[in-house]
Amino acid sequence: MCRLAAITSNKYFSPMENILALETMKEGHDGSGLGLTLKDLGGEFEEFKGYPVMSGICSKEGIGVLDEFMDKHGFKLKHVWTPKIKKVKGVIPRDYYFARVYDYPAHYRNKPMHEKEDLLMNTRLALRKIGEPDESIFVFSFYPDVITLKEVGDPLQLGEFFGLDRNGLKAKVIFAQGRQNTNYQIYLYACHPFFIQGFCSMTNGENTAFVPIREFLMSRGFPGYMGYNSDSETFTHILHYTVRQLGFPLTYYKDVITPLKPSEIEQRKDSDALRLIKQSLRPLCIDGPNVVIGYTPDGACFMLHDSKKLRPGVVGGVKGKYALMSEECGLDSAIPKRDKSKDIFPMKYDMVIVSSQAEGVKVWNQLKG
Amino acid sequence: MEPAQGIRLDHNYQLSLREFPYIIRWRDDRCKRCGRCTAVCPVKAIEPTVKVQRFVKSEGPVPTPTAVRNITHVVEQVTDMERYCTGCGTCTLVCPNEAIEPEFNPQNKFLHYKNKGGEGYKRGGRRNDPAISTLDRLKFTRISMLTDPALDAGRHEFRVRTLLGRILPPEELPLKITDGGLVVDNVNGKFIPPVREIYPIMIGSMSVGALSPPMWEGLAMGVAYLNEVERIPVVMCSGEGGMPPRLLKSKYLKYFIIQIASGYFGWDEIIHALPYMVEAPAAIEIKYGQGAKPGDGGLLMAQKVLKLIANIRGVPQFVDLASPPTHQTKYSIEEAVAKMIQSMSMAWGFRVPVYPKISGTKTARAVLNNLARNPYAAALSIDGEDGGTGAAYNVSMDKMGHPIASNLRECYLDLVKQGKQNELPLIAAGGIAKKGNLAANAAALIMLGASAVSIGKYIMQATADCFGDEYNRCNLCNTGKCPRGITTQDPKLYRRLDSDRVAERVVEVFKAADVELRKIFAPMGRSTELPIGMSDGLSIDDKAMAERLEISYAC
Ligand code: SF4
Ligand code: SF4
Repeated sequence: MCRLAAITSNKYFSPMENILALETMKEGHDGSGLGLTLKDLGGEFEEFKGYPVMSGICSKEGIGVLDEFMDKHGFKLKHVWTPKIKKVKGVIPRDYYFARVYDYPAHYRNKPMHEKEDLLMNTRLALRKIGEPDESIFVFSFYPDVITLKEVGDPLQLGEFFGLDRNGLKAKVIFAQGRQNTNYQIYLYACHPFFIQGFCSMTNGENTAFVPIREFLMSRGFPGYMGYNSDSETFTHILHYTVRQLGFPLTYYKDVITPLKPSEIEQRKDSDALRLIKQSLRPLCIDGPNVVIGYTPDGACFMLHDSKKLRPGVVGGVKGKYALMSEECGLDSAIPKRDKSKDIFPMKYDMVIVSSQAEGVKVWNQLKG
Repeated sequence: MEPAQGIRLDHNYQLSLREFPYIIRWRDDRCKRCGRCTAVCPVKAIEPTVKVQRFVKSEGPVPTPTAVRNITHVVEQVTDMERYCTGCGTCTLVCPNEAIEPEFNPQNKFLHYKNKGGEGYKRGGRRNDPAISTLDRLKFTRISMLTDPALDAGRHEFRVRTLLGRILPPEELPLKITDGGLVVDNVNGKFIPPVREIYPIMIGSMSVGALSPPMWEGLAMGVAYLNEVERIPVVMCSGEGGMPPRLLKSKYLKYFIIQIASGYFGWDEIIHALPYMVEAPAAIEIKYGQGAKPGDGGLLMAQKVLKLIANIRGVPQFVDLASPPTHQTKYSIEEAVAKMIQSMSMAWGFRVPVYPKISGTKTARAVLNNLARNPYAAALSIDGEDGGTGAAYNVSMDKMGHPIASNLRECYLDLVKQGKQNELPLIAAGGIAKKGNLAANAAALIMLGASAVSIGKYIMQATADCFGDEYNRCNLCNTGKCPRGITTQDPKLYRRLDSDRVAERVVEVFKAADVELRKIFAPMGRSTELPIGMSDGLSIDDKAMAERLEISYAC
């Protein structure tokens, strides 16, 4: 079982906060990896808000191939960030970790965001395809205002390794996962959080219906629905599919992955729509055990469970800063000064949503709709 | 060479009992000569006869052997192939002294002789192949363990349900956002096909006519009870030949799928009952083929067409009722499928799912693709080679058709390629629970991609003690002489069957299957939806099969 630590705030903060929270939940991850996704970037990235940031890892040869590819496709490099690597025991450094800010190709600059998003995703996928066979290029995300870091090792050591305590990398929404490897091999593309076109999620648990869900997503004809080195990647894609592709409001994500029983559907105002959704999206129903923490492009963060609620999760904080954690001790580490009695332990019908800029938190109850 | 004049070649051209599939073991010492066995034998394979016995007796202190002739009554098996013992065992059942029993003879040459008068052997039942079927070789190997705790079949809530009907792709749902919620917005009049939530094991098409009144009634009562009392929404298909008029007009019609086949038997009555129907049927099944006898039509022998059957079907009594192999009025797949589906849908105002049933065939995917493009097609039912029938040529049953497992699997994977795996449900039939493993076979097919499975022979065996098996036991269903009273219209025979008991057994069978399905799904971590296409949970102990089914190999 992995451990999850998500923090959202109206002020920039360091990913070390997430890592320290993970440290308190150490018995739940085994050093098989750390994944970090930062959204709404501060520090040196603040001035590049509208520009896409590519995050990944390259070998010496890989970076040449990547540069050539980006050049050929008209992307202009604007800014480069690389962590100041500090050697630590147990982490084997790779050649080149990076977050690079690009400008769109000239003919894309004035295109609508939807089209830009497709360009960015297809570029990421093309690079993944080139670099995956020999592991010369890993690209985790390519999207404005988002950075993703992934590496194998213990989260605290990796924080030191990447110099996250020193280099001033900051953001307003940061997701972190300390991995407990239950897949058969440790592989960077299998590491949470997963990201696609502004949607991000990380999961604790297994997806027992992984195969039919993967088949359903892959047969949607959307090129981004691929990879699936981890069964949890399907949760991110279902989120993307529900909200971006189908245009459903966020709460319907819960209705898609953990649909209500017919008798419960009858109680809902939108029962006619729900009945159709449940039928048409039947293959996307999960059976858990899962807790999902995610965010949407507008910066809203959420937590929900499968209907058996077999994985822990808690949300708490103060106006302006909330944390969504696997365990209470993680929450204590991230936001010690808060009214603990207001901590929310979502139950099977709940979806806890923290609005963007950590304005406030609300519990949406699926039964009431 | 000199002809063998004057020498009689004794008994030549007579068959010995060794050629017969079942040999009767009769015990002189136990038999009390009551005559029940010979009276009850449906084929007159045994008869009472008298024999002269010669004893040598000796009484007194010195040997004085004397020959004594005794006349005794015996039960004897006849050696006429037209009256072969079917091994049904009815004689054993009625014998008060356990004096008689048929024994299977694996060396028999039955098929060498069973074509008298140039007529091929016809029978009922299913393919005579007692080997372990593919379905029974499939194992559930992905067990949720510590990394993903298994569910608890007793504690967690399970919903073993499936959908029957065409399901719209999510992208085409007529929805819009109002006040932050979704509402159905059908201003463009988009056709939202009817969809039923049913139990994933259905009772397949067996007609009134093929079945005796108590058998059909028993099944129907069991189904109604399961729905009304147990809340297990099992549906049952009428088979070709209509339905009892009272049922057509009753509220229970919703638990029945009405079949239309190439003979259109019973449809005059059904159409006339339409204005009086208070409920729509669960679905309409258009039969194009049957797994047991691909390419053959239906056949109800004249001796089974009694008054009740004649009335329901709208035909005169005592005539052979043959349905042609194909729908004679339709010449192409467009017509056969599209028009039939359209007209049937129209008859119920597009409120009833309409789907075709075909026999398992290499060409199933062609049919499937045609249906996938037809927005009114509600499902596709594929009946594999191990399906049963009331009457067919033995050669059709034994040698024609396609096994269900790979046929179903390739159809499902074809749908996956098109992204339509959830839009067009596949119903799999043919050989389910051949060895009694109803839940396991159903679950395996579901995990290979079936939305539902359909059973026939098994339900007759499990609820009415049908004798039939894969050693050609009994299989007299076509003759009207069913010794269990299941497939006969002869009141003398069907009064042996109690419809209440059949109904009770139907309920028991489904309740037990429901428990077993949970026992399979729980450790695999599936409870709220069926594991349709969850093929990573399956393995098989044969590499070629694993490759063909695109599942893993385990040994
Ligand atoms: S087993 Fe059946 S067919 Fe054979 S003799 Fe007995 S009753 Fe007749
Ligand atoms: S018992 Fe009846 S239904 Fe069963 S095989 Fe014999 S004749 Fe057919």
